Amino acid sequence: MESTFVMTIPVRFAAHFRFLALLFAAVILAFAGQSAVAQDESLVPEAGTVGEIEPAASAEVADSDAVAPGADTDGYEYYGPEMIKGQPTSFEDDAGASMTFQDQYSQNGEYAQWMHDSILMPIITIICLFVLGLLLWVVAKYRRREGVEPSRTTHNTLIEVVWTVVPVIILVAIAIPSITLLARQYETPPADAITIKATGYQWYWGYTYPDNGGFEIISNMLSEEEALTRGLPGQLAVDNRMVVPVGVPLRIQTTGADVIHSFAVPSLWFKLDAVPGRLNERLLTIDEPGIYYGQCSELCGARHAYMPIAIEAVPMARYRQWIAAQGGTFGDEEEAAPEAAPLQQPESALPDAPGAGEPATVDTAPDGAAALDTQ
Amino acid sequence: MATTAEGFDAHTDDHTHHGADHKPSFFARWFMSTNHKDIGTMYLIFAIVAGIIGGAISGIMRAELAAPGIQYLGWWVNFMGGEASFDANLHMWNVFITAHGLIMVFFMVMPAMIGGFGNWFVPLMIGAPDMAFPRMNNISFWLTVVGFISLLFSLFVPGGTGLGAGTGWTVYAPLSTSGSVGPAVDFAIFSLHLAGAGSILGATNFITTIFNMRAPGMTLHKMPLFVWSMLVTAFLLLLALPVLAAAITMLITDRNFGTTFFDAAGGGDPVLYQHLFWFFGHPEVYIMILPGFGMVSQIVATFSRKPVFGYLGMAYAMVAIGVVGFIVWAHHMYTVGLDVNTKMYFTAATMVIAVPTGVKIFSWIATMWGGSLEFKSPMVWALGFIFLFTVGGVTGVVLANGGIDDNLHDTYYVVAHFHYVLSMGAVFSLFAGFYYWFPKMSGRWHSEFLSHVHFWMFFIGVNVIFFPMHFLGMQGMPRRYPDYTVAYTYWNEIASYGYLIMAGSMLVFFVNIGYALVAGRRAESNTWGPGATTLEWTLSSPPPYHQFETLPVIEEHHDYHDHMSTPAKV
Repeated sequence: MESTFVMTIPVRFAAHFRFLALLFAAVILAFAGQSAVAQDESLVPEAGTVGEIEPAASAEVADSDAVAPGADTDGYEYYGPEMIKGQPTSFEDDAGASMTFQDQYSQNGEYAQWMHDSILMPIITIICLFVLGLLLWVVAKYRRREGVEPSRTTHNTLIEVVWTVVPVIILVAIAIPSITLLARQYETPPADAITIKATGYQWYWGYTYPDNGGFEIISNMLSEEEALTRGLPGQLAVDNRMVVPVGVPLRIQTTGADVIHSFAVPSLWFKLDAVPGRLNERLLTIDEPGIYYGQCSELCGARHAYMPIAIEAVPMARYRQWIAAQGGTFGDEEEAAPEAAPLQQPESALPDAPGAGEPATVDTAPDGAAALDTQ
Repeated sequence: MATTAEGFDAHTDDHTHHGADHKPSFFARWFMSTNHKDIGTMYLIFAIVAGIIGGAISGIMRAELAAPGIQYLGWWVNFMGGEASFDANLHMWNVFITAHGLIMVFFMVMPAMIGGFGNWFVPLMIGAPDMAFPRMNNISFWLTVVGFISLLFSLFVPGGTGLGAGTGWTVYAPLSTSGSVGPAVDFAIFSLHLAGAGSILGATNFITTIFNMRAPGMTLHKMPLFVWSMLVTAFLLLLALPVLAAAITMLITDRNFGTTFFDAAGGGDPVLYQHLFWFFGHPEVYIMILPGFGMVSQIVATFSRKPVFGYLGMAYAMVAIGVVGFIVWAHHMYTVGLDVNTKMYFTAATMVIAVPTGVKIFSWIATMWGGSLEFKSPMVWALGFIFLFTVGGVTGVVLANGGIDDNLHDTYYVVAHFHYVLSMGAVFSLFAGFYYWFPKMSGRWHSEFLSHVHFWMFFIGVNVIFFPMHFLGMQGMPRRYPDYTVAYTYWNEIASYGYLIMAGSMLVFFVNIGYALVAGRRAESNTWGPGATTLEWTLSSPPPYHQFETLPVIEEHHDYHDHMSTPAKV
């Protein structure tokens, strides 16, 4: 036994030397890697960011073109603050509402909220109170007393079966609506669904309308001052909203242009990652006209917190008006319109497309990238 | 029982006279250590140092989040040697969240639980003289230290928009590849390589030790549950960490050598990285909590003066958690664009984990049922653990539902959930274990009063920090945000006040440790009385430098039914 654990000094040194040599080699490797990085760096003029994109840089240029809130752009009037429906509630406004989900404005969202509020919440509350109650009971009843011997019970088959089977039953009860919810969320969009592609950029969103001519709207966050001037919530308000028709199925597609972003709107129970090289797709139908805010929900670099999402859901007539104002088209206006719209227009992938970070043209981005100009 | 312990003490004392306490010189003892107790002590000190740094970073984050707007980040950029600018300040935030996550996971919880308590008490509890590979044990520790240095070094080299790696602890591609120019991310990844290598070596050491070095009569089904938890944890480490190592090696080559494993432009897939990462990452969360389960089982039995209820069920519940933990990873990726069947499968599989976890919670309560409970410091921490882990567990059941997670994914609800199971689950069990074994390790008594003050302040503090985060998450506040819209102000401010309470409790902890080391009363062999029946309590406090040179013999005729009550007849 003894000899197993005692080694001679030279062996000990040898072992350490081998380890140190290994470590040294590893460090050398790491530094070799860095020089490769340094080379990359010299190729990229603006070191520090992945892409060449600096949307905020265009802010000064675009600022002078800024359009007053609700201003008329080719006959389309954007909704004002009174139409905001999906946004967080502060504790001061409504303490109860600040502690739960935002109100839901899609059927799947309502179902999910019902499932959470009526099934999950009662179950987890009861479980927590049950465990707390048992703990308080044993703490009160079985605290050490003179002359009371502890029991030696270590088994009770019945109770062990019960506390295995009952959780299984509870979980099955949760699984049924849960699977139903998933099936609903994954319904295939009908052929006539309107496709809108949300592209995540560092650090703004682009919304492409392939069914309506394939133009892309670039959406930057408004500065705090600008948002407040317009009566809109800071860090949620954007210069150009993603305008969509209400009450009709939307085929929302997401992709990332540089790194992974996530397109999320809490009041619509919608979150879909925007992954470079992938096109994710999900059905969304919005119940009511209004403005619905969301925020990027996958860490995407420095300004991750400053690329909000704003959806403006409007009746179809207004939607057509807005499309027209953007210079877009409708399939039904053209003779040889394709049955289904092309899934993806490559426009935003072209080097000179607005999606690549160039200042948007005046009619797609009336007030440009007014965001972030304070810094 | 008492007679057994005394009998054994006499036995070891005999050995002390024969030089079992002869220690090497300072340098040889601490820098070339092959003694599992010394290495365990170094791991614990290391984990405390890392915990102070990681905890201080969370203080910086709570200060920044106490109000909307960017308050302090620019100051920190300058302090760290960078140049404050709008993007550099925001990058600093990402560096903080990354460092906090990596430090707490790899350099605080894991070294404390596995390296610290595992090293100290696995050999003692199975009646072994040391770990199977004492020299490898030493390498494991120093690899972890060098890994930590590499991570700290990354804070001061360029990482893209500013100094340091700002990728999040998940290091998702392509933000971590094409999205972060500069060597910081390489150093952060390299730090994971080193820490991971150390953990793999440690895991093989534990498995070999537990399988081969148990004292005569100590069958697997008589092992204390803490040893069981370490055995399961070691297997999880051994199977999960190589996958992480492969994934982050591919990150390194994507970054530096032109490969495109995770770059769609070259036929790779960013989502592949997430699958690989979480194939490691989910077992990792059980790696962080299973040793805690083991410690809580020992502590609850000790202070109830009762054997653990359903010993076999408890052991195999941990095995089940370990096995199922490997097939639920994609629930971390619900919004990445999984297909519906995949999401349904992972929803169902994830919920299954609640069953063995429930068995454990109820078995702990059943252990106390009918017992003779004494509320010493380890016990109150264990009780706090059981309740708070339940709270964190049930929000896990909510998040397990793929359809529900669509709204909660990457929000503060998730932050609340995993801090309830880690910052409260894992950390409460760490403090429980610390107070349980501190007199054994140091030979000095801590102050029970200060320990209770520490508990109550910490309990209130962490709940005030993390409970409001459920509200923020349900209201939609995304995680990893340095700034937020004003509607989120109230609950963020509350959470930041909670941090102050928690930080105050840590001062009490350090005062307590300082007091114990300087003026603490000498600890007996068996500090906790007849409830403490595992082998470490048969040794002096602190144990002799070399123990069990004559192996203890565990009596044959006792089976697991009363395993905890009469194990250590020597």
